[in-house]
Amino acid sequence: MYSTAAYLFPILLGIAWLIPLASFVAILFFGPRMGAHGKGAATVATSAIGASLLLSLIALVLWSLHPVRSEHHDGGHAAVHESDAGQAVNIWPTSYRSPASSDVTGDASSHGGDHGENSAPLAYSGDWYTLYAGGSLRLSIGWYIDSITVLMFALVTFIATCIHVYAAGYMHDELHDVTDSEVQLTEGGSFCRPGRFHRFFQALSLFCFSMLGIVIAGNLAMVFIFWELVGICSWFLIGFYFERHSASTAANKAFIVNRVGDFGMLIGLMALWGGLGTLHFGDSVNPSTGERQSGLFELVRPAKGRYVQQVPDGLVAFSAADQIVKIAATQPTSSELHREVASALPEWREQGYGKWLLFVAGIGIFCGCVGKSAQVPLFVWLPDAMEGPTPVSALVHSATMVAAGVYLVGRFFPVLTPDVLLVIAYTGGLTLFIAATIAVTATDIKRVLAYSTVSQLGYMMLALGVGGWVAGLFHLITHAFFKSLLFLCSGSVIHACHTNDMRKMGGLLKVMPYTGWTMLVGCLAIIGAGIPFVVGLSGYYSKDAILAQALLFSKTNPQHSILYVAVAGGAFITAFYMFRLWFMTFAGSPRDEHVFKHAHESPRVMTAPLVALAVFAVVAGWSLPGGLGVESLLEQSRPAGTAETITTAGIFGNITVPAEHESHVGAIHVTATLTAFATALAGVLLAAAMYFKPLISPVAVAHAARPIYTFLVHRWYVDELYHAVFVLPTLWAARFVSAIDTQVIDRFINSLAWTAKRIASVDAWFDRVVVDGIVNFAGRSTWKAGLELKRMQTGSLRQYVMFIVVGTVAIFVLATLLFRTSLAG
Amino acid sequence: MIIALLGVASVSHYLVVGAILFSCGVVCMAVKRNALGVLMGIELVLNGANLNFVAFGSNYLAADGKSPLGLDGEVMALFVILLAAAEAAVALAITLNFYNNHATVDVDRADDLHG
Repeated sequence: MYSTAAYLFPILLGIAWLIPLASFVAILFFGPRMGAHGKGAATVATSAIGASLLLSLIALVLWSLHPVRSEHHDGGHAAVHESDAGQAVNIWPTSYRSPASSDVTGDASSHGGDHGENSAPLAYSGDWYTLYAGGSLRLSIGWYIDSITVLMFALVTFIATCIHVYAAGYMHDELHDVTDSEVQLTEGGSFCRPGRFHRFFQALSLFCFSMLGIVIAGNLAMVFIFWELVGICSWFLIGFYFERHSASTAANKAFIVNRVGDFGMLIGLMALWGGLGTLHFGDSVNPSTGERQSGLFELVRPAKGRYVQQVPDGLVAFSAADQIVKIAATQPTSSELHREVASALPEWREQGYGKWLLFVAGIGIFCGCVGKSAQVPLFVWLPDAMEGPTPVSALVHSATMVAAGVYLVGRFFPVLTPDVLLVIAYTGGLTLFIAATIAVTATDIKRVLAYSTVSQLGYMMLALGVGGWVAGLFHLITHAFFKSLLFLCSGSVIHACHTNDMRKMGGLLKVMPYTGWTMLVGCLAIIGAGIPFVVGLSGYYSKDAILAQALLFSKTNPQHSILYVAVAGGAFITAFYMFRLWFMTFAGSPRDEHVFKHAHESPRVMTAPLVALAVFAVVAGWSLPGGLGVESLLEQSRPAGTAETITTAGIFGNITVPAEHESHVGAIHVTATLTAFATALAGVLLAAAMYFKPLISPVAVAHAARPIYTFLVHRWYVDELYHAVFVLPTLWAARFVSAIDTQVIDRFINSLAWTAKRIASVDAWFDRVVVDGIVNFAGRSTWKAGLELKRMQTGSLRQYVMFIVVGTVAIFVLATLLFRTSLAG
Repeated sequence: MIIALLGVASVSHYLVVGAILFSCGVVCMAVKRNALGVLMGIELVLNGANLNFVAFGSNYLAADGKSPLGLDGEVMALFVILLAAAEAAVALAITLNFYNNHATVDVDRADDLHG
């Protein structure tokens, strides 16, 4: 079974990954010829992603039936769910540091028989294609498949399929010529352009392909390639209405802000590549030499060291170069040098060599994630990305682009040191708080959701940062369902009202029941509604897990307890703004009669995906009897060595990263669940009091807290700050450089040209007067001589005869006079 | 007396006659306005020259009975006659054409190509 699976999963997921690429290529070349106005492109793209979904689901089912899984879960993880239900059973053996588990035989990239707490998770890795090979250095296109990969494949393809179906309805305007009233033409009048229906689906297909590429990637280089592909796809899609100034600006902003993060990621990649010479996650076999090379996970958490995180030899040696030079000065042969260095490595590691390098590598990779997952300070692109069509917003904000950052942090988790994790936690906490407060005052329905996405991504990052590996990724998955649902609902509302402004909506539940009720499900899911300790929507489980882990973290690290405050406060604000949105849109009486009169329920092709997603938004967190569920599947892939509480002295003082299972235990779990319930309920009640039963007037509140209100309406002045700090100096610098260009360089070149022109005019004078003069003089004198001589040509025959006679006689006489002697002789 | 003066006919006598013929021909070419007259002058010039060839080629006239040219003189004379015939044919054709165009054979009128 094991060896079959090793071959089966890469093939299944590899094909699922490549089908959208095939669809992209097909639409790229034949798109406009697919049916009338490229209508068939939707069918091609949707069936492609549908086929991917089918393969991914097959993979998911096969993975769930995997015998190793059940063996694994009989051990401990099944009981996690009992504790979820409040049983407070500590099923985790406290003896996981006992000598019994020290004899570990498995290795980081594979395969499990040995699935104690301190063993490597089940994962398959390998290479399809080598891009570059030189010595031991190798870059390749490969796979690293564990349960997150399989889950993410199913998630991405499922949501993408829903969005493809929805977009086929939503984008129907693009099937004929489009008159875009939002484009300002200088000569006035409205702008008209051909529809771009097929192009939309072409970009969607490429987007899916890129995202799946990140998920399946077996090494960081491949992640980076698809990372950039996702970036360019987002540029295509956000700038889909590129004639609108706002859309093209937003697309550029998204791309440029992501570049800033990717620069950090490149630094991280270089640190790892330079020090370790490999970017593979798992162990790999060099095809040319047949040697087995350790992957990043094995290097940082070696199986021999019982998966305890350590600075890899490569990084230690890399940063201890000065020490090696010292040894090299005394040791004559290279083999002795190698031996000396190898023996000195543990000592250097103790001295802290390479610690900073590993920190930089982790922070660098996280920088890329900050850009993609819209964390502080690079979150500004995401709300602007609303300029794209709504299906794009749904895709970008749920399963693909922003998920990539969180996914990469999760994937890269074993390499991240506790210091990096603390940075991640604080970044996440700050993000979730800032974004949530901005969402409170936003009136654009899509912008509320956008900031809510940023905030939820902050939750995920924070969860990962405080050691809640499962919690963070679990929230990533549940969030993908309800956020895509919320976006598609908002799209449906916008489609019906032709406005994004919530102040013009209200009472829409009567005319749009499907949209209204599914959106209510989405709102309930995002605030984590549920009956405490019994059952809840998907968000209930994932948010509780995050809260519990944050609480545990702040208990073990009291100096960082502000993180828990951020999480709990964020939960309250989330509940408030989500229900503010729902009440303003669907409840009460219509605020704008005109908008209300034209509102209508969307066609079935758009409501069907809503219902499907709503179902998943409810059930995604549930686990079936026997431990089948998202959370337990994730637990399978928990990075080796992260299941236990570890205290380390880091750059930011002592940090204890608590074991995640402890957060499912007793007091912590109960406190967290009750806090989550209380904050969410308070948020909903406050929203109801302000926007449903007007007990408190929102206007009065805004007036009373005017400075705060203004601050939030201006989105913490972040855009203004960036404009002042980065954009304006850049423009100034550009103007300065342009001035140098026009004033110095251009002038220099112009003076060169002027001199050349002067020299040329002197040269031209010389040519005209002297050279031409000589030639003309010769011609003119010849001409004059001719004119003179032609007079001799009288035409009189008799005269000619006379000339001949006289001439002959003259010659004769001359000859006689000159050659007398010879003639005489 | 005259015969005594002249003595026995020698090459010199012939040369004198040839020179007179030649001079007559040249004068004829120079003074005649009629094209045919000019042609006749040419014939005289040619024949004056021919007489010289024949005289130089004759063994009878040579002082030692052996002419310096031998038969070459006669051959050259025949060649000149042939040439004169050909020339006359061409010249008459030109004259005829000239007459057709100008209704005259006055060579003074043939000055279309004057400078």
